[in-house]
Amino acid sequence: MTFLPKPKVRHPSLPKNALGLTRRDYEGGLSTLCAGCGHDSITAAIIEASWGLDVEPQNMVKLSGIGCSSKTTAYFVSGGHGFNSVHGRMPSIAMGANAANRNLMYIGVSGDGDTLSIGLGQFCHAIRRNLNMAYIIENNGVYGLTKGQFSASADVGTKAKKGEVNQQPPIDPVLLALTLGATFVARSFSGDKQQLVPLIQAALRHKGFALIDVLSPCVTFNDHEGSTKSYQYTREHYDAAVHADFVPFQREISAQYAEGDALPVVLHDGSRILLRKIDSNYDPTDRARATAAIGEKLKKGEFLTGLLYVDTTGKEFHDVNETPAIPLNQIPHNRLSPGSAALAKVLARYR
Amino acid sequence: MTDLVNNFAIKIATVNGTGSASANSLLMKSIFRAGIPVMGKNYFPSNIQGLPTWYEIRVTKDSYVARSGKIDVMVAMNAETYARDVREVTSGGYLIYDSTWPRPALLARDDITVLGVPLAKLCNENFNGVRTRILMKNICYAGVLAALLDLDIGKIRELLAETYAKKPALVDSNMKAIELGYNYTRENFKCPLPVHVAPLPGGGKTKGHVLIDGNTAAGLGCVFAGATVGAWYPITPSTSLMDAFKSFSDKLRVDPETGKKNFAFIQAEDELAAIGMVLGASWNGARAFTATSGPGVSLMNEFLGLAYYAEVPAVLFDIQRVGPSTGMPTRTQQCDILEGAYASHGDTKHVCLFPRDPEECFYFARDAFDLAERLQTPIMVMSDLDIGMNDWMCPDLKWDDSYVPDRGKILDKEAIEKLEKFHRYLDVDGDGIPYRTLPGVHPKGAYFTRGSGHTQYGAYTEDSAEYQIVLDRLTRKFHTAKRFVPKPVIEQDAHIDIGLVAYGSSDGAVREALDILAAHGVKTNYMRLRAFPFGEEVEKFLEQQKLVFVIEQNRDGQMRSLLTLETRVEKAKLRSLLHYSGLPISSEFIVKGVLAEIEPKARKTEVKGVA
Ligand SMILES: Cc1ncc(C[n+]2csc(CCOP(=O)(O)OP(=O)(O)O)c2C)c(N)n1
Ligand code: SF4
Repeated sequence: MTFLPKPKVRHPSLPKNALGLTRRDYEGGLSTLCAGCGHDSITAAIIEASWGLDVEPQNMVKLSGIGCSSKTTAYFVSGGHGFNSVHGRMPSIAMGANAANRNLMYIGVSGDGDTLSIGLGQFCHAIRRNLNMAYIIENNGVYGLTKGQFSASADVGTKAKKGEVNQQPPIDPVLLALTLGATFVARSFSGDKQQLVPLIQAALRHKGFALIDVLSPCVTFNDHEGSTKSYQYTREHYDAAVHADFVPFQREISAQYAEGDALPVVLHDGSRILLRKIDSNYDPTDRARATAAIGEKLKKGEFLTGLLYVDTTGKEFHDVNETPAIPLNQIPHNRLSPGSAALAKVLARYR
Repeated sequence: MTDLVNNFAIKIATVNGTGSASANSLLMKSIFRAGIPVMGKNYFPSNIQGLPTWYEIRVTKDSYVARSGKIDVMVAMNAETYARDVREVTSGGYLIYDSTWPRPALLARDDITVLGVPLAKLCNENFNGVRTRILMKNICYAGVLAALLDLDIGKIRELLAETYAKKPALVDSNMKAIELGYNYTRENFKCPLPVHVAPLPGGGKTKGHVLIDGNTAAGLGCVFAGATVGAWYPITPSTSLMDAFKSFSDKLRVDPETGKKNFAFIQAEDELAAIGMVLGASWNGARAFTATSGPGVSLMNEFLGLAYYAEVPAVLFDIQRVGPSTGMPTRTQQCDILEGAYASHGDTKHVCLFPRDPEECFYFARDAFDLAERLQTPIMVMSDLDIGMNDWMCPDLKWDDSYVPDRGKILDKEAIEKLEKFHRYLDVDGDGIPYRTLPGVHPKGAYFTRGSGHTQYGAYTEDSAEYQIVLDRLTRKFHTAKRFVPKPVIEQDAHIDIGLVAYGSSDGAVREALDILAAHGVKTNYMRLRAFPFGEEVEKFLEQQKLVFVIEQNRDGQMRSLLTLETRVEKAKLRSLLHYSGLPISSEFIVKGVLAEIEPKARKTEVKGVA
């Protein structure tokens, strides 16, 4: 299998964003995933979201672990650097990269195997550090790339393609993130682009760790009857609790919404998320109540989706570390090295 | 006995957690300030309080930096280890013990002088509180030694005043304990002993030198080299390197105007994450590093392979300790040589540097960052517990203010703009080193970093030929590395055909052994390895010897294996001298080992001249 660059044919009528770029400019290499794989729809949503956000392609850093899902970072925004790292360890690469240059936009794509088994530790600690990145789990309940074993997100009673029934309770990334203090927690479905695109935009602009767990059926190993992560099951059991519209800062003035109709959440760069409750009892700003409501639904085999929790007041890694506004990788050497006179002073203590 | 003025070793046996560290450091520094070269080694247990611990101080007018293998004065403060401590004293030497509790049955040596000082009694009469009395007892012996060894009591007070500048009350109480010991000893014994210190005039041989440990020097080196990201997970004996980086950075790297920190210090959740953070940061253009020990390097293996293959710079300090597994975590060895050189699965090889002391830790820290960026690969700085945690006398560290970091082949915006297309893994210059770009600079410079098969243009591949092109270029790059790494230090005489080979912390012991062997009429050549891969000089040296002793501190002769694998040397020519007790190697061990091989008669005769 060799790399297939997509031919870039420019059509004059293609719509352009504020940077004069078309959606085509946010595409990447040709996907090598199975036809119909949920992951490809998420890739399309990321392309749409970044085009709509007017992201400078070179400012987007794409990170992933290993798995079918992790491959997808090669399939969008070819103008941004990508790092397909090792299985389950993408959060540490993201942490280091972010430490070196806080001014870029970091997006991580992982699988449920990558995040919830081998990578569970790094995932939790990235949340604890409130690492400033958007983190997307393409959740299909199985290990796609190693051919269909159950992952840690498989529900009790779900059936594998060959008939085996899963007995172990799942780890739900959304509930886990909420307990760990995550400041942006969302769930969506690869088949719901309308919901997904603004969520990705909000996640990219959120200052801190933004998790989106996206149910993303594996057509090859987990789309059969008896699976709780199939297209059909997901469509039938998902329930939007909160709809989020993303309004970039520069379009703020023209955004139309009636008072009381939506709850505006202002992000640190001035852009807004307009939250519209679909379930009037749900409160996406109350961690404990949100956690309880999500848990209740899960017990019944249903998923609440949308922007389930958001808190814009959290400190991200650099706030805590007190790093300067200028990225560490751009500070000139003469400001980093204290010089010979300082060394002489240091040495006086060692005589 | 030979001349024992400024030429002897003291060993102090105590219990850890009882405050002996400050007494030991007072003794070391007061000898150092008298102008006499001194070495200090701490043998401590993997425990916080209550287990035996020893401190060895060697006073050496000839500036030797290793253990001699002999103990002239033993301060036996720990009842539990008393019997073995008594046994260790060299014939003709001295034993000092706490005579508050007499031990007649155990003093069964008539070839040494035993001096009893009622340390506990003195302290119990003069101080209150159990904890204070224990601490003071362990300061009191410094006074006893000051009297016996003729140390300047005024200088000791000066040192105390510096140490406790912010707590003057402690200066007085400590000084009181020291004087108790000092006066008792002067009143009851003939002072000084024949074994003693005689100050050297004009700063003596320690002028222009510092007493510093390798981890402090390495941490300092990272600050000066411009490292901005340090990520780590605590493990003895590497932790103090990160502590040093942080404390120096907190002082020297905080913007005076904004109060912002020009560095990121990240305590990771484990070593896998620590090295991942280093890779992420280096990939993104920062100078980043981690420090760990054997168990940590084992965990980092997968990422190190990725860094090798995807060509991501990284600096890793391995402060080696005794293995396998948890081993003896507070004892020293050189036991990760093969792990360092070949870490990870698949065809991987890593550049390793072998500093011999804190001074080289400082300079190699700087060199490691230059090499990592120049070669776009991990650089392993293979220090050890002996270098890392003990105080060594070193020439003053120097910094050249005209130093410019070697960032290697990074294309900037203008350079990328001029390219028609950027190819990440193409060998443009024929040296095996490709060009890289940093995120955020130019969309045309963007590429996809992956550990899976890739072509020289940076694209995914499972094509055999395309895969091999990149793998063969990596071999060329490793050859290129030979030109950049520190060269071996070779002392050679064309008429001599026996060679010693050593590296790292063994160097001091070898240098002393060379002198002793020469005094025995045995002349040898010496090569100190400073880096892997081995350059032509290494090949040549090995070729020119008939017999080579490879001296190292591990059981399996790991460097010998590496030499046989990576040079053309004939295996049979290499003889191993292996020291793996967990204590630093001594000159005596090397002398005996060499003589046993080349002078079979010498096996029975006592080796003379080892002082
Ligand atoms: C250290 C290590 N162990 C095992 C593997 C094999 N492996 C590759 S992908 C994968 C599972 C991926 O599952 P998931 O993250 O759910 O992604 P999906 O393929 O389902 O999108 C495994 C176990 C590996 N690459 N590395
Ligand atoms: S195996 Fe499943 S997850 Fe992988 S590409 Fe195919 S459908 Fe997608």
